Amino acid sequence: MDKLSIGQHISGQFNADLEALKTELLEMGGLVEEQVISAVKAITSADSELAEQVITREEEVDNFEVKLDEQCTLVLARRQPAAGDLRMVLAVAKIIRDLERMGDEAQKIAKMALELNEEGEAPRGYVELRHIGSLVHQMVINTLDCFARFDVNLALNVAKEDGRVDQEYKSAMRELATYMMEDPRSISRVLNIVWAIRSLERIGDHSRNIAEHVIFLVKGLDVRHVSVKEMQRKLGQEDD
Amino acid sequence: MEATVGSANTIGKLNSEAPVSKATANYKEQAAGKTVGIPFVEHPKMSMRDVQVYYGDKQAIFDVGLDIGKNEVVAMIGPSGCGKSTFLRCLNRMNDTIDICRVEGSLKLEELDIYDPKLDVVPLRARVGMVFQKPNPFPKSIYDNVAYGPRIHGLVSRKSELDEIVETSLRRAGLWEEVKDRLLSPGTGLSGGQQQRLCIARTIAVSPEVILMDEPCSALDPIATAKIEELIAELSANFTIAIVTHSMQQAARVSDRTAYFHLGKLIEVNETEKVFTNPDHELTEAYITGRFG
Repeated sequence: MDKLSIGQHISGQFNADLEALKTELLEMGGLVEEQVISAVKAITSADSELAEQVITREEEVDNFEVKLDEQCTLVLARRQPAAGDLRMVLAVAKIIRDLERMGDEAQKIAKMALELNEEGEAPRGYVELRHIGSLVHQMVINTLDCFARFDVNLALNVAKEDGRVDQEYKSAMRELATYMMEDPRSISRVLNIVWAIRSLERIGDHSRNIAEHVIFLVKGLDVRHVSVKEMQRKLGQEDD
Repeated sequence: MEATVGSANTIGKLNSEAPVSKATANYKEQAAGKTVGIPFVEHPKMSMRDVQVYYGDKQAIFDVGLDIGKNEVVAMIGPSGCGKSTFLRCLNRMNDTIDICRVEGSLKLEELDIYDPKLDVVPLRARVGMVFQKPNPFPKSIYDNVAYGPRIHGLVSRKSELDEIVETSLRRAGLWEEVKDRLLSPGTGLSGGQQQRLCIARTIAVSPEVILMDEPCSALDPIATAKIEELIAELSANFTIAIVTHSMQQAARVSDRTAYFHLGKLIEVNETEKVFTNPDHELTEAYITGRFG
């Protein structure tokens, strides 16, 4: 089934339940996206206040997860959804887990920002952080979009972008490792940047997971643990 | 272990003529009479092709083609009046009792032509047994209910043999422990769920090859329903089962393949898991997700 329409049930309440799942998941996604941007900004502009704010708001993300998890359970228990509806509920239950972990990673980045502000700025790494930060930010936006529009092609793009982030992550690591060898006194400060970049890379991985859940939701295909090429093959798309 | 292999095997060996492509799953093609999914299997126990059923001038079933594999459980679902019960009742000629009903097409039990005019339906119905919506035990003792079939078909010569058949059948129907001390009390005195299991025992007493079930649980409470469903899983080791059900969850729980009927047409037949997680046809999706009833 290519077309997913969550309306038109005989039961209006069922429509409302599914619609609520979708809307609240997007709200949660919006919050996580904001957390990611703020966390990166907290490091790059040495803004402790913003970092504190990210750390405090992490609780909101957690609350969203608990609430949405409960709603999924209720829909399963009350409606015994099948087919597209079932995949919707399952996908939401999985996506919130990834979103919550993305929130955790954003919080870690914010903590790194605080440490950097206490220990003094790292001599290097900000360019890489900003660069990977903006790639990952775009991934998060696309991830939420592909869910909102049930867009399989966009989901596939997210998976591809994740490959790019991984590349950038590796090259940043190489560069920062060289720098730490050259100037051992800066190791602890540069490591803070390393952890932050690592968290961004993890956020990218979670975005890819979400994109995979979206493909499952829309197409009913399980594309976990496969290469992007294999994903394309499963989706019946030519390699480009 | 033929029993456990049966269903998986038959599904595995797909007939090449089965249209599986998702791309073909649109309603226009369906109107042209194409069923999507896996309607046919290799070495079917029952094989139906181009089945048309009319009640007087009104056509109730259009071009239905379906195979039922050996030891397979096939569930038939669909909205009221979609023809699923009508189709089921063709499989052992129960529709013969309706004067205005006319059946066309090819319906076979292995090599036997079910609608051969010369065919005696009594032995056919011994091979293809039926369990109905409402439990309908004979107004006789529990023992006689089960012994009735073997007696009229002349399957036994001695009382001890009959005793054995009665006990085995009741055991297989999961009823023996509950009734072994009161075999001579009337079958109608049992609870609804027990009565239905008695009817199943009566059906299997003549060792049928196929058991047809027409909404066997719709008059039962959830616990009795669970027992019957458990029983269906056990029976599928020895029998081929076709079940019509209004409960989609029941179809999802008990069957290997699920057939979806809509307005007298067979829309989709697929492995049950597929039908309930990712059906090929949008009508199937609409029905099982409760978008129309």
